[in-house]
Amino acid sequence: MTLAGDALGQLVRDEGTRVLATLVRVTGSVDLAEDAVQDAVVRALETWPRDGVPENPRAWLLVTARRRAVDVVRREAKRAGKEAAAMPFPEDDPPSVIRDDLLRLVFTCCHPCLSVDAQVALSLRTLGGLSTAKVARGLRLSEATAAKRLTRAKQKIATAGIPYRVPAAEELPERLEGVAATVYLIFNEGYADVRAPLVDEAVRLARLLVSLMPDEPTVLGLLALLLLHDARRRTRLDDRDLPVLLADQDRSRWDRALIREGVSLVGRALRRTPGEPNPYAVQAAIAACHALAPSYPETDWDAVISWYDVLLTVRPSPVVSLNRAAAIAERDGAAVALPLVDALEGLADYPWWHATRAELLHRLGNGPAARSARADAEATGLTPGHAVLLRRRVG
Amino acid sequence: MPTYAALIYSADVDPTQPEAATMMKDYNEFGAAAAAVIRGGRALYPTATATTVRVRGGKGGDIVTSDGPYAETKEALTGFYLIECGDLDEAVKVAAQIPAAWDGAVEVRPVVDFS
Repeated sequence: MTLAGDALGQLVRDEGTRVLATLVRVTGSVDLAEDAVQDAVVRALETWPRDGVPENPRAWLLVTARRRAVDVVRREAKRAGKEAAAMPFPEDDPPSVIRDDLLRLVFTCCHPCLSVDAQVALSLRTLGGLSTAKVARGLRLSEATAAKRLTRAKQKIATAGIPYRVPAAEELPERLEGVAATVYLIFNEGYADVRAPLVDEAVRLARLLVSLMPDEPTVLGLLALLLLHDARRRTRLDDRDLPVLLADQDRSRWDRALIREGVSLVGRALRRTPGEPNPYAVQAAIAACHALAPSYPETDWDAVISWYDVLLTVRPSPVVSLNRAAAIAERDGAAVALPLVDALEGLADYPWWHATRAELLHRLGNGPAARSARADAEATGLTPGHAVLLRRRVG
Repeated sequence: MPTYAALIYSADVDPTQPEAATMMKDYNEFGAAAAAVIRGGRALYPTATATTVRVRGGKGGDIVTSDGPYAETKEALTGFYLIECGDLDEAVKVAAQIPAAWDGAVEVRPVVDFS
């Protein structure tokens, strides 16, 4: 079998993550496993294009990586004058064990005893298989900072004894929330300023979670939410890189395949939590309302508003209330929405609260108040692109 | 199995005084419940009894002492346990039973094994 460069790279990367997950279990060390898998991946990329892809790429990578790990352990043991511990042969593990290894890796990378920054970097490096240089570029860190963060995280896992284990059933929902939050953070980090590699990586991680836990509403809802947002990627910036508001996006350029997949996932996620809908699934349902509307004025605002009501019951926050008020403005007018927005507390530092007030005041013909709210939005950190749009609108 | 230090940060009180009786009862209950993993531990007198020692000018230089700990904070180091647990998850579960966990904070740190 021969593969073109991209497909080969993808195959090696996907299988590399699985092999890494198994090797961390076998060696008990993320660092050692990473080094060994890296070595095997380099060899694969050297030899496969020449000799063809082996029949069982994963087994090839695993044998090669394990051999390297054994060498390293022997060398270090010799230096310390100790006997090297035996390392089991994991070559014949059934698929269920491979799946569990991947889950162990997921839950270890997103362990709540690691800082969120560490979880993000580690997930990109070990689950995503990105090089340290790519992790650094994705997170806008210097390579030295990213390397230090990764080293510290791996040291903590090893020294503090963070277990390589899938959480017990009673802990699973909470731990899964943590995993989803980390992936969502990676997505948002990339989504905010359209950093495609980070967005792609978050989607890939969410897909991995769904493949591992196809019945968990949290991961179904998460993937749905990411896909429905990502479906609009091509239309979110104009040709001068200024943001384009939802109302003005060219819907014919939205990715229909992603929307179909996202909508079907929302359904699956909601069916699994009829009692108390999963917050990610509810947010995805709102995104689906927008994705399915033929045009902005034809949006089903009743549906959007009821989903916000549901979201307020499962995950209340002033920001959700603000978004709900914005939907009310579209359905019932600015005069109805403005008092709702004004009544929200705790958003004085949130630029979108000021920006929403500016828009509503502008619609009501109150120019001076709208401009003052626009100034507050800028003062609290409205992104430069949106500040340009708002200035054009309200002056 | 790894050993962890559970460092207790809480209100700076004297555990030998009658006012601390309720707190001491809670600690005794914890000690009994976690006896299987506790490998040692001590309560400390308040920071008012502490002396901070520094040597100026490198080893063998002038000994400089000052009253109390260096910085004044609401929570002080008031004691510690050594616990032996299979992994950090277990250690966190044990630490969460220490009364300071809901009345201050408990810092869990792995102990170096030099053997």
